[in-house]
Amino acid sequence: MSEPILAVRDLVKRFPVGRSGIFGAPRQFVEAVAGVSFDLQPSQSLGLVGESGCGKSTTARAIAGLLQPTSGSVRLGGAELVGLSRRQMLPHRRRMQMVFQDPYASLDPRQSVESILTEPLTIHRIGRPRDRRLRALELLEDVGLSPKHLSRYPHEFSGGQRQRIGIARALALEPDVILLDEPVSALDVSIQAQVLNLLIDLQARYGQSYLFIAHDLAVVRHLCQRVAVMYLGRVVEIADRETLFSSPQHPYTRALLSAVPEPDPHLERTRQRIVLGGDVPSPMHPPTGCAFHPRCPDVARVPDGRCARERPLLLPLADPGRGPASRACHLPHEPPARGGLGAHGPGPGAVSSAP
Amino acid sequence: MAAVLEVEDLVVRFETHQGTVRAVNGLSMSLQPGETLGVVGESGSGKSVASLALLGLVPNPPGVVEAKRLKVAGQDLLGLDRRGLQQLRGKEIAMIFQDPMTSLNPLLTVERQLTEVLERHEGLTRREARKRAAAALSDVGIPAPETRLDSYPHQLSGGMRQRVMIAMALLCNPKVLVADEPTTALDVTIQAQVLELLKDLQRRHGTALLLITHDLGVVAGMADRLHVMYAGRVVEAGPAADVLTSPLHPYTQGLLRSVPRIRGPLGARLDAIDGSPPDLAALPAGCSFAARCGLRTDACTKSPPPLVPVLAGRRSACLEAEALLLRSGVKA
Repeated sequence: MSEPILAVRDLVKRFPVGRSGIFGAPRQFVEAVAGVSFDLQPSQSLGLVGESGCGKSTTARAIAGLLQPTSGSVRLGGAELVGLSRRQMLPHRRRMQMVFQDPYASLDPRQSVESILTEPLTIHRIGRPRDRRLRALELLEDVGLSPKHLSRYPHEFSGGQRQRIGIARALALEPDVILLDEPVSALDVSIQAQVLNLLIDLQARYGQSYLFIAHDLAVVRHLCQRVAVMYLGRVVEIADRETLFSSPQHPYTRALLSAVPEPDPHLERTRQRIVLGGDVPSPMHPPTGCAFHPRCPDVARVPDGRCARERPLLLPLADPGRGPASRACHLPHEPPARGGLGAHGPGPGAVSSAP
Repeated sequence: MAAVLEVEDLVVRFETHQGTVRAVNGLSMSLQPGETLGVVGESGSGKSVASLALLGLVPNPPGVVEAKRLKVAGQDLLGLDRRGLQQLRGKEIAMIFQDPMTSLNPLLTVERQLTEVLERHEGLTRREARKRAAAALSDVGIPAPETRLDSYPHQLSGGMRQRVMIAMALLCNPKVLVADEPTTALDVTIQAQVLELLKDLQRRHGTALLLITHDLGVVAGMADRLHVMYAGRVVEAGPAADVLTSPLHPYTQGLLRSVPRIRGPLGARLDAIDGSPPDLAALPAGCSFAARCGLRTDACTKSPPPLVPVLAGRRSACLEAEALLLRSGVKA
């Protein structure tokens, strides 16, 4: 495998909570990202999935430098980004851009499309004003909008068109990596498909890598060759798309996949579903041992209450299937051939309808 | 059995400075006791506005609600005054909304939100009402209901809040429950819990459920019958399983093709529907979907095609429905 374009190691982001007075020392910390590691290969897409509060968006923001990581390493094309000053960061920022979830909030309503698209070029002092305008026209064409849109303002566009403008802005500097934080979650199904196709086409044309943050597993399956599943600040499983969706190895991944309803009435009415009990625990008070153990349907299969005592490390699987895969779980590893979505009945701890 | 909900030719329009916005254009439906009717559509399809009209909740002005018939549990909604509507709401028809954070009152304890309904409709004393409220919480699977009664909404998780909303809606055992995107704001594992709960409650109480959602996966597991809405009209109606497996309207087909799936074959690109929905303030003369449709003929742009039977129990508002039927291989 080639050198990764983006390598993240032991990334931690801690937030102070509950200060004693305005200038007082924080009483407590919450670890939103608790040691995340992964590689993103050139021209590939990695999906970072998980439910609200799992730390996926914070991970993206810490990588982009929008938040200062507490510790860990982020290497972009071999260059370390953690610890750089704003000024030192600037040349690297050109190579990594971000697209946000809410196409209404992430575009300045007082800026014309031309100004939105040329701003990155101006900041990085690329080209003369005339060149920048030409580049903006080129970008509009790339994302399926027309030259007449150049002088318009964000409120004149639909949600799908606004997200296209957000993508054009991210493309302006020809970055190596684009971080996409739930880019299609706010869009209707038929528009969502258009934007996903656009992202796929643009990657085929320009070869940039995507780090794709999403809660929707089906969307991730369509766009990403590799997928990392997060739970309470940590990656619990990472594998190639084929392996992860056909033989998930972590009980949380299995439950997550099993919970996704599909528009197939026969499947929906016959398949066994793993319904997890309880809520995602608060990251303020993470459970001991494996953070997933209070909800895990398979917790009884590991002897001596080990799951409650000892946090499982994210370790490579010996027989991973197609590509390298890792999992953080004390359960014995089951080779991929046997498993498969739907083949796993609910474990002994699963409940059909629990609080 | 008598239908608990009868709607014929419902029209909802809003008079705005930009002109008349036609949100619902002639919607008809009926609901039997214990039945689940799914209404699917994208933003602007009119599904939520229609549901508000069923509870008399469309603000007037600017909203205008008209219908040939609009009956809940045998009572004519259109003839009712404010007081009459309040009698009906909560008791015969209740609603749960998408966002449990904004639809619960943040200043009231869970107890107060629940007992208010009971005191209004059933004239219970405070003590009796508290007992009933605790029972209702335990009915929706909330552990330690007695302690939860004293919580405020912000102290509950999203899934827990939606359970409180459901408990509140079902307090007076209404005949019709309208659920507008009840799980859209929830995480997928919590969504699975809430859907199971709704199914279970419906089985036990025999409530008719009108399930409004954009999620075709959710209706696949829940709905008996299905209405597909586009630009304020029902474009296809029929048994949910049949509509989802052999759609008879190009919009339903396009919608099903554009949904990314977590199982099955994986194409390089998704089958998206080109274009976007029409402006509700300037609807085209013909079929609203014509501009995005691959089967469009000249006839499509003349007048809106009516929703007509194609097969027993199946209706489609497409002039090409017969051709779609032949192609789908479903026997007439």
